Amino acid sequence: MSQNNEKTYGILINYEYCTGCHSCEIACKKELNLPEGQFGIKLTEIGPWQINEDKWEWTYMPVMTNLCDMCSDRVAEGKLPSCVQHCQAWCMYYGEVDELAKKIDGKSRMALLVTKQRDGN
Amino acid sequence: MADYKEFLNNINREAYHEGEWQWQEGEYTVTRTYHYSPPGCHNSCGVLLYTKDGKLEKVEGDPLDPHSNGKLCIRCLNMPEAVNHPDRLKYPLKRVGKRGENKWERISWDEAYDTIEKKVKEIKKEYGSESIVGIHGTGRNINYQLPYFYQAGLETPNVAVMFFTGFACYLPRVVGSFAAMGEFVIVDASQAHEDRYMNEDWKPPACIIVWGNDPVKSNGDGFLGHWLVQCMQMGSKLIVIDPRLTWLAARADYWLQVRPGTDAAMALGMLNVIIGEDLYDHDFVDKWCFGLDALSQRVAEYPAEKVAEICDVPAEKIRGAARLFAKSKPSAVQWGLAFEQQISCMPLTSATISLFAITGNVDVPGGMLMVRAAFDTQRMYNYGEEFLPEGKMAKKLNSDAKGIAESSIVPHASSDVILHAIETGEPYPIKMAWIQSSNSLACPAMDAPRAYEALKKIDFIVYADPYMTPTAVAAADIVLPVAMSCERNSARSWWTPLRSMTKVTQYYEAKSDEEIIVDMGRRLNPKAFPFKNDVEFIEAYIKNDGNYPGTFEELRNKGGHEYWEWDTIYRKYEKGMLREDGNQGFATPTGRIELTPNAYGFWGLDPLPYHIEPPESPVSTPEMFKEYPLIMTTGGRSWEFFHSEHRQLKTMRELHPDPLMMLNPETAAKYDIKEGDWVWIESPKGRFKQKATFFPGLKPYVIHTEHAWWFPEKEAAEPSLFGVFDSNPNNLTPAGVVGKGGIGSPIKSMLVKIYKVEEGVNDQVMPTMQVTRMGGFKNVTK
Ligand code: SF4
Ligand code: SF4
Ligand code: SF4
Repeated sequence: MSQNNEKTYGILINYEYCTGCHSCEIACKKELNLPEGQFGIKLTEIGPWQINEDKWEWTYMPVMTNLCDMCSDRVAEGKLPSCVQHCQAWCMYYGEVDELAKKIDGKSRMALLVTKQRDGN
Repeated sequence: MADYKEFLNNINREAYHEGEWQWQEGEYTVTRTYHYSPPGCHNSCGVLLYTKDGKLEKVEGDPLDPHSNGKLCIRCLNMPEAVNHPDRLKYPLKRVGKRGENKWERISWDEAYDTIEKKVKEIKKEYGSESIVGIHGTGRNINYQLPYFYQAGLETPNVAVMFFTGFACYLPRVVGSFAAMGEFVIVDASQAHEDRYMNEDWKPPACIIVWGNDPVKSNGDGFLGHWLVQCMQMGSKLIVIDPRLTWLAARADYWLQVRPGTDAAMALGMLNVIIGEDLYDHDFVDKWCFGLDALSQRVAEYPAEKVAEICDVPAEKIRGAARLFAKSKPSAVQWGLAFEQQISCMPLTSATISLFAITGNVDVPGGMLMVRAAFDTQRMYNYGEEFLPEGKMAKKLNSDAKGIAESSIVPHASSDVILHAIETGEPYPIKMAWIQSSNSLACPAMDAPRAYEALKKIDFIVYADPYMTPTAVAAADIVLPVAMSCERNSARSWWTPLRSMTKVTQYYEAKSDEEIIVDMGRRLNPKAFPFKNDVEFIEAYIKNDGNYPGTFEELRNKGGHEYWEWDTIYRKYEKGMLREDGNQGFATPTGRIELTPNAYGFWGLDPLPYHIEPPESPVSTPEMFKEYPLIMTTGGRSWEFFHSEHRQLKTMRELHPDPLMMLNPETAAKYDIKEGDWVWIESPKGRFKQKATFFPGLKPYVIHTEHAWWFPEKEAAEPSLFGVFDSNPNNLTPAGVVGKGGIGSPIKSMLVKIYKVEEGVNDQVMPTMQVTRMGGFKNVTK
């Protein structure tokens, strides 16, 4: 791994804009060569339901599973993680968590996802 | 906001081999090129093809491609499964059993070509080449390849998407745009600029109406739907006009949930507000538009309250949406297929053009960009018609009605008139069909059971596709295996940039569409086919017919794309770029945008827009509505499939195993339907079944069904026929019911009733059995 072990890397999801297109799921499945039923990242869906006369709730959000290795090989080659590269909605960002956190400005719905990258207690 | 500059700055260009079109990465050869169907889509996204030992192993998006920026939908990501699938056709086949028995014998290409050549020549001699019909589907090769082959090779004027009534896709919007503006327009999402969202002249639309389509899923007409999501992140507000909630609608400032088939009334209502409240762009209208007074009088008949009643949308929302659209600068309209799949198609098109014209949004940055195909690779359906033998054009099967078809501005023959000729032999018999890139029975054929009977009547049918389809099993005599995306050299534009596809693999004996066309064309009409191979055919199109200055190889070596300046320039009408005489203005008779198009008058249409009720509706057929109390809309896209394609692929069926009928939970409760129940959908014309899924984003009186389902996992031979009629909404759609001028088809607003499929009670006879063995739905046999 070329990643500096001091730093923690993550994926920021601007899930306000996640369209539920499944590209992250399938890109990851192909990257990790996963069989039917298994995912490195999987979409969750909330809604649709009506909040009031003019507003609807319909949210998608992908979640990384234990199979996700943050595309360490790709990243070592200088490429983007496959899910991030293919995300059609431009709602995924890869990077060092401190840097990514700076994008969170309270103007959109965002989540910063981090997988286990080193042994915890 | 996704920052494009940051994206470009952070891309590791070395890792993605900038400037190279092919390289080695470990055990893989990587090729930078573009995808083009099959399998399908109207788009060509930039791909990196990973091949090993002559096999496609992996596909990635190309982050250095400005068209799609490395993003791919799951259809391209999953391409290796489609390309390497064991069900693919490997060799040419000839039928040895009866039609429908699925009995074939492998033959050589030479034998296939010999058989076809002999037949074509006999038919031409005995009946005339017009008794051959050239049939195509959508995307892929319709832009220039098949029209050229059919007209120059088969020498027939009868080219059509068969069994597809009313030209009910896209063409009418194109024709309507040319009538009003002399040019076509698309939402300016920066796609004409190579530097895209960073381009200094460009700005995102402040407001976008997304009308009658779900572009993030459909990517129709060369427009990548997710460009809109990028625009949203840059501030674009949305108005969505759709009977069904979409992801975009859930994020819109206004979602106008119209009753299916009433869109023209909505356009008129919005115009009424914009003109009535004086929200239009006086400068632009005074200088560049024609016909506002007449239009104002007409729209005065459509106040918001009246439209609210017609469309079942609150008047306040109509006003609010109209104001938002008119006051935002710039605004744009992403219009979709629903325009043609209603009989108000032509007035809806002109009224919508008036909406973005009188608000000053034509050919401005972030508005409605006037586009031509890159390097003038502009000719599409009429490509090759100059090789039609004398007198053949006059034999084209067009409707007699005074209208657009008759004026030949739609270069296609009329599907309904061809259907009539097949059925009756009048005005002359149809002896042969060549079907390439269309699974007619599964997808486009309205009144599919009737299309099935008609196909069986045609003496000789050649069918070319990557897979064996129900249409081929039912009717083909010779089947030709077609090469898929990475197995073909090709080029296309459909606006911009010009893009090329590079062949990197070979699947058994499959040949690309271009190869088949050139091989066969050389035999049938060598004068029109001086090409030695596919590349010469492609170059003739991009260089001679268009004006691309390079060769195919040069385009490939550049990474497969080239942008074109013409499309990047705004306000072309001020610059004398649109008219042949080089003057300012638009290429219309008045030199202005015609809000009341003269061409409409010439075609016998009312130049002023109007609303007309769907032929079946609670308003037009209240008696029928009592027995069939639901409006069925159909044809919404899904992530996994392009029309009838991709049904073989496990990855897709894992996500989307069954055809889904969406209905409001309230409606489901009324009919005692639970989530996941199979449900019959029935009209007086027939029935089909789909699986119920609850969806509160539909009005209780509207249901939505999916189109183009067949089941490759089922038995091919009749009466199974891959179950092609079992879940097919086209058992219910009519052939021959059209809007004025022969344009538009009411297939998104049909009256139906629904009831649960009950084992042993009403599921004894499946629709495919009924159609293939019992003569169709004269009665629904339960
Ligand atoms: S980072 Fe790589 S491994 Fe992790 S979810 Fe994305 S594609 Fe899968
Ligand atoms: S690829 Fe992006 S938009 Fe598509 S489902 Fe995944 S996160 Fe959402
Ligand atoms: S839109 Fe999807 S299927 Fe079409 S070319 Fe792009 S990635 Fe491929």
